[in-house]
Amino acid sequence: MFEFTEDQLAIQEMVREFSEKEIRPIAQDTDKNGSFPEKTIKELAEMGIMGLNIPEEYGGSGLDEISKAIVISEISKCCVSTAEIVAVHLLTNDIILRMGTEEQKQKWLPNAVEGKLGAFCLTEPNAGSDAGGLKTKAEKTEGGYILNGSKLFISNFGPEEGDHLIIIALTDPEKKTHGGMTAFLIGRDTPGVQVGKTEDKMGLRGAVVSEVILDNVYVPEAEVLGKPGDGFKIAMIGLDGGRIGIAAQATGLAEAALSEGVKYANQRLQFGKPISSNQGLQWYIADMGTRIEAAKMLMLEAADKRQKGEKVTKYAAMAKYFCSETAGYVCDLSLQLHGGYGYMKDYPIERMYRDARIMRIYEGTSEIQKIVISREVIKEYT
Amino acid sequence: MNILVCVKQVPDTTEIKIDPVKHTLVRAGVPSILNPFDGFALEAAARLKDKDPGTKIVVVTMGPPQATAVLKEALSIAADKAYLVSGRTFGGSDTLATSYILSQAVRKMEETEGKFDAIFCGKQAIDGDTAQVGPELAEHLGLPQVTYGLTCEKNADGSGLEVVQEGDGYNQVIGIQFPCLVTFTKPSFDPRFPTIKRKLAANRANIPVLGDDAFPDIDTSRIGLKGSPTHVKTTFTPEQKTGGVIIQEESEEESAKKLVALLGEKKVV
Amino acid sequence: MEAKTKDLWVLIETREDGSPAKVGLELLNPGRILADKQGGRLVAVVIGQNVQKSVEEAAKYGADQVLVVEGSEYQQYTTDAYQLAMVYLVEKYAPTTVMIGATNIGRDLAPRVTAKVGTGLTADCTSVDIDEESGNIAWTRPAFGGNLMATILCPDHRPQFGTVRPGVFKKPEAGESHADIIKEEFHVANDQIRTRIIDVIREAAGEIVDLEGAEIIVSGGRGVGGPEGFETVIKPLADVLGGVVGASRAAVDSGWIAHSHQVGQTGKTVAPKLYIACGISGAIQHLAGMSGSKVIVAINKDPDANIFRVADYGIVGDLFKVLPALTEEIRKKKGE
Repeated sequence: MFEFTEDQLAIQEMVREFSEKEIRPIAQDTDKNGSFPEKTIKELAEMGIMGLNIPEEYGGSGLDEISKAIVISEISKCCVSTAEIVAVHLLTNDIILRMGTEEQKQKWLPNAVEGKLGAFCLTEPNAGSDAGGLKTKAEKTEGGYILNGSKLFISNFGPEEGDHLIIIALTDPEKKTHGGMTAFLIGRDTPGVQVGKTEDKMGLRGAVVSEVILDNVYVPEAEVLGKPGDGFKIAMIGLDGGRIGIAAQATGLAEAALSEGVKYANQRLQFGKPISSNQGLQWYIADMGTRIEAAKMLMLEAADKRQKGEKVTKYAAMAKYFCSETAGYVCDLSLQLHGGYGYMKDYPIERMYRDARIMRIYEGTSEIQKIVISREVIKEYT
Repeated sequence: MNILVCVKQVPDTTEIKIDPVKHTLVRAGVPSILNPFDGFALEAAARLKDKDPGTKIVVVTMGPPQATAVLKEALSIAADKAYLVSGRTFGGSDTLATSYILSQAVRKMEETEGKFDAIFCGKQAIDGDTAQVGPELAEHLGLPQVTYGLTCEKNADGSGLEVVQEGDGYNQVIGIQFPCLVTFTKPSFDPRFPTIKRKLAANRANIPVLGDDAFPDIDTSRIGLKGSPTHVKTTFTPEQKTGGVIIQEESEEESAKKLVALLGEKKVV
Repeated sequence: MEAKTKDLWVLIETREDGSPAKVGLELLNPGRILADKQGGRLVAVVIGQNVQKSVEEAAKYGADQVLVVEGSEYQQYTTDAYQLAMVYLVEKYAPTTVMIGATNIGRDLAPRVTAKVGTGLTADCTSVDIDEESGNIAWTRPAFGGNLMATILCPDHRPQFGTVRPGVFKKPEAGESHADIIKEEFHVANDQIRTRIIDVIREAAGEIVDLEGAEIIVSGGRGVGGPEGFETVIKPLADVLGGVVGASRAAVDSGWIAHSHQVGQTGKTVAPKLYIACGISGAIQHLAGMSGSKVIVAINKDPDANIFRVADYGIVGDLFKVLPALTEEIRKKKGE
């Protein structure tokens, strides 16, 4: 186990104050209007948050995995849409840092620090949980590749949003996940990159998600990320980091949802007393509180291990699975505490309930996490 | 340029509640914050520094040791150096005594930091709302002043400032030479946020304390409760209005009619 | 310093054209009462250029004596010229009490004078009386954003200084002038004035927003929805009432209207006869700036809005329907 350092506590305080003051007041409107929180992202960039995991030599703040989790979690307490935008962006920063050439880092990381958003493009219409079903092709040509295909449900990409894209494409349809995929890092203005359908979602309504259409996109060799054939490996690295990010979002949301539930239960009078004095509801609160603490520990453990450079596939999957299920559980029960009011858009729990739902799905569904976890656990105990 | 910004830690007055029985302020659990107007003063200094990166920004506050929190906040936003003025004999000072102590502190800090070209203050603190410490400090130091500043820029030859001042119904641009004191009110833009780098540096900053014995030449008859010409005789909570008449007629037109009739009875309209 | 007289002074703030600002005349009202209780004269102090009108008005509204300092250097207010003149007068005559309007100018000048003279100042008072026990002036003022009132004394220093909020007192009844007019020759050299007015920026249409002096204010908040709302429903109502347009911080921060219209903690503190809050939720910062109004009307869609807690009259409804109806109704009534 570990304790937060003084620095981590300071970062937490700073982001908490900012989120309470600047994000919470607009969270309801962001959701209602489906408006991308452009001003907030700009402000977060000014504070150094959008480049928090980028080293100082590229203009970033050089913070660790735990600080990253703290930041995502604190923002998520106020607005999950905003937290999602930040989490995906930090994920692309992480991949570029780990796999990019010096030239690629010089080219894209300073943009990332300024809040020009990165998007990670893996999912396709027929390749969700099964990355092996990828259809987007990258065909070798003189000095580079020609990309064709489409990527679905891409966060941080929209008609106006998004700056650079990490695209996983097939370079050898025979080898598929075994060296047949390659990652590319390209700018959104690359000729042939088009914005397809922008999704109208149940939750995370402020976080833009669109289809990326690749129509004969020429990508020079210098824009390959990592080595040709590294695509699947890069996708997996991305997923490990991404899953801890989702876990951080989920714990932040769960804490906020519990706080809303307790606040309501303390002030709502029925039969002449606050409903929080009913033992039946107290048991809900006990369960919510306990699961949240367990979730936080698992999430921070995963972040800590990743910071130490350990292999975190199992922990990241466990954290993602448990934290997202916890967020769903807590939002559901907290809404139950609210009774009929919880179903109305006047109370934030209604939004939180919708925002929580995707967490059990994206970056690998709970079911996929259990496949990953069981594989690792069986290996470990055999 | 060398700028001193005076700041104060204040209770967040929007969180203050009144004890319904004892009619006193409930201050427990009320967060302490950087006085918003001081934040505007700090932003004005930061904007000058944006244009002239050689500028040094020093912040000072007078208060108990906990007040270092606002100094750290100022460091995390824009300040380069911070001082805390804190002493038992300073307690109970009214604005005149406070501004006198601060004037001594300015002289003391100048021994280390060099002469300040400009001293920036918030227009007023949101707890006391007096708007007196700035001008009184200027008087003790013999400095010219501009109050109610919105924004400022260095003048063409760099010898002073041009301050946009909020007047009673109009704004004016006032020219003033260094050294000077300016107090700031709310501008049309938001002050900047802290940055990660500054926040971490502020966390480790060493903040010198100017205590009771820091000013050997201070006139002790002019400080603390005894040195304060004004005294609080009593405090009380203002009468709370208890909900008025809610008008809800069939239509908005009907409601409007009823309101005009009621206002007419009261001879308000 | 010691007081040489039991006189109470009121500074009559003058405008550029030499006419008096309203608050100075208002202060002659409590000034009269307190001067009588103190057993001294009520003295009006007029500093400015071409101030004949101010002198006459001060005399008409009950001053026993008018002290006049006139000169071109006083035509536009500067801290230095006015401070030097005030300090000169205070040191020469040593009154026991000085009251100044708590305008931007008053609050710029007063602390500068008291710090020089070395006496106490109480800012932004909303009530002024005599402390029965000690005979000192009891200055009462709000603090903590209006959550607390404090009564403050200045027992051992003279003169006791206070700035008093505009709009708290009514001008006294005008009467026969009986005042002695005393002209003081006091001049300030150019190089003693260390600030220079480079430019005056009036609002677009040259409109002056005198929120603090207004008797009726119609304010709009987030519910107004945009700058058009201010033009189409708020301003027409303010116009028909002969009032001034105010705004909440939310409306100002959204860029719908200039900050000079803002009422509340980071804007102006107002106390009109009638305050109509439209589409304003009633955040404590806003209430701090307007809860001293005599009559408060709130119009809001949300029946739970905080603003209804301080309102004398509330209409729950769509302000885009209520306000035009209200404007029309008042227009009819005024026509009668």
